[in-house]
Amino acid sequence: MKEPLLSIRNLTVSFDTARGPFKAVDGVDLDVAPGELVAIVGESGSGKSVAMLAVMGLLPWTATITADRLSFDGHDLLALAPRERRRIIGRDLAMIFQEPMSSLNPCFTVGFQIREAMKAHLDLSRAERQARAVELLELVGIPEPERRLRAFPHQLSGGMSQRVMIAMALACNPKLIIADEPTTALDVTIQAQILDLLLRLQKESGVGLVLITHDMGVVAETAQRVCVHYAGQQVEMQPTRGLFADPHHPYTAALLAALPERAKGRILPSIPGVVPGLADRPQGCLFSPRCRFATETCRRVPPPRMGSELGLALCHYPLVEGVPQNREIAA
Amino acid sequence: MTQAIHGTARERTAPDTVAPGEPPAAHSVMEAVNLAQSYEVARGMFAKSATVKAVAGISFRLAPRSTLAIVGESGSGKSTLARMLTMIERPGDGSLLLDDVDVAEADTATLRRYRGEVQMVFQNPYGSLNPRQTVGKAIEEPLLVNTSLSAAERRARALDMMARVGLRPEHHGRYPHMFSGGQRQRIAIARALVLRPKILVLDEPVSALDVSVRAQVLNLLVELQESLGVAYVFVSHDLGVVRHMADEVLVMYLGRGVEHGPRDAIFDAPKHPYTRALLSATPVADPESRRERIVLEGELPSPFNPPAGCPFNPRCPLVMDRCRVEMPPLERKGGQLVACWAAQ
Repeated sequence: MKEPLLSIRNLTVSFDTARGPFKAVDGVDLDVAPGELVAIVGESGSGKSVAMLAVMGLLPWTATITADRLSFDGHDLLALAPRERRRIIGRDLAMIFQEPMSSLNPCFTVGFQIREAMKAHLDLSRAERQARAVELLELVGIPEPERRLRAFPHQLSGGMSQRVMIAMALACNPKLIIADEPTTALDVTIQAQILDLLLRLQKESGVGLVLITHDMGVVAETAQRVCVHYAGQQVEMQPTRGLFADPHHPYTAALLAALPERAKGRILPSIPGVVPGLADRPQGCLFSPRCRFATETCRRVPPPRMGSELGLALCHYPLVEGVPQNREIAA
Repeated sequence: MTQAIHGTARERTAPDTVAPGEPPAAHSVMEAVNLAQSYEVARGMFAKSATVKAVAGISFRLAPRSTLAIVGESGSGKSTLARMLTMIERPGDGSLLLDDVDVAEADTATLRRYRGEVQMVFQNPYGSLNPRQTVGKAIEEPLLVNTSLSAAERRARALDMMARVGLRPEHHGRYPHMFSGGQRQRIAIARALVLRPKILVLDEPVSALDVSVRAQVLNLLVELQESLGVAYVFVSHDLGVVRHMADEVLVMYLGRGVEHGPRDAIFDAPKHPYTRALLSATPVADPESRRERIVLEGELPSPFNPPAGCPFNPRCPLVMDRCRVEMPPLERKGGQLVACWAAQ
């Protein structure tokens, strides 16, 4: 395997709340190789966005970030001085946010906002920056780029705004783009356009892409590798085909079974209960209260991490072809 | 005798505009005939105000205990349609028949009587519940307004409905902020069903929910339909959910129905190029399926200035000269109604 571009080991993020510290991200590992497309899937509250915001250094001061390793392109992001860090973030490492309408500044033209990143990071003249901005808008498929650069965000549709966000992320030729639910706020036909655009850019420029999403359909159609997050923990990681064919963690299996398009009968196999909060965090496996295979051991003892042949599942009894393993030994 | 009086209203639907699978008029719980709504929108101090046709002629019949899904992207007019069906807005044109009474032109007293029969569940369970009202109060309020039940009877009805949607009796005195999104949607469903309506209009009821919770709420809706016999008008853009829930599907584009028919006809043999594009654009949770993807160019045209002819023609891969001049009628082709010149 190529030297990973982004390497995370045992990343933990906790927030100070009035009721004590809350672990939003709990022991997450991730390697992303140059040019790779990794998806992070999870429901709301699974810590998938927070983990990536920690990498970007965009969390508020109430967050405590610890990790055994957090390196990007040879730089140790934990040890880096803020000034050095700002030199990397936005240039080599860029982010696309979920709500394109609210992440653009309504007071400035989109041209200003695209050129702003180049002004901060690249040694280009004013005319060169303008030329590059036109080129970027053409690249992301916006017609009449010169005119659109003078437009304010409210004059653009949701799909257009997301294209502008992508153009901003690409402005400084990043090595890795983190896209946080880039198509969630968009209509299906526009979502298809944006996903096609991201995949094309990723293929052409060889940029690494981390795609945060909750949509299993988007994952199946785009990613090479998938991480599944639950309540802050990474419960499974597998190549996409393997994950959909033979999920090893009961949560992944239940999540796939709950999709209407994969259902057979009129009643969907739903997961009972909700994601645990700060107050009702179980002692053992965090998924045990909702898991249909849970045993006494699951409720008491935090589960071990399985090997890569079992999708690094965080589970006492990982599933193979839907059947829990190691059961006899424990009984 | 009723036949004689309301015969004129019934004749407004010509027989060829009834989609296959739809019930005869006498058996439908709700019938919409050419419903339309347009809005005057001011465009600045000196500009002339413009007219937006949000919904331009939608017809359907809803069978009891069945689900009609209204599918479309933002700007297709599906929410405006939902507002007309629930009598929040009076239709600009056309008629809406409930029990052979046209509520589009009914007086306030009649409207008041029929509003109880059509209830609505909104998209965002965080915004549709009053944060200062307890769950019990919220569920009892429709009874307080529309019935003359005593406080004890109202409470009993509310608790019964809460049990049906999977809420515990102790939730009665709690406030909405103490509940998760899925539970709030259960509260909203209980509030909508407490008057025992015949029809429930659900505007994107699960799009704000996570996958695992979404499955719980969809199951609840299926169970409630079986036990209470309520008919659903299910407004959604999620085709996976629609395929799971619907009996009949109506696809809307820019305020018009472009394809209308039984679920299997629409999903197995879509005929309108927009429906095909919509289906192919929806990501499928199966990495092995390699489908041909039709990526539509451009976006929904501005409703202020809709294109001449077929509203879909600027984005259509099958566009012909005729499409740019003449609006295709919604007519029967195969197992469904299709509004397209190119469809066979």
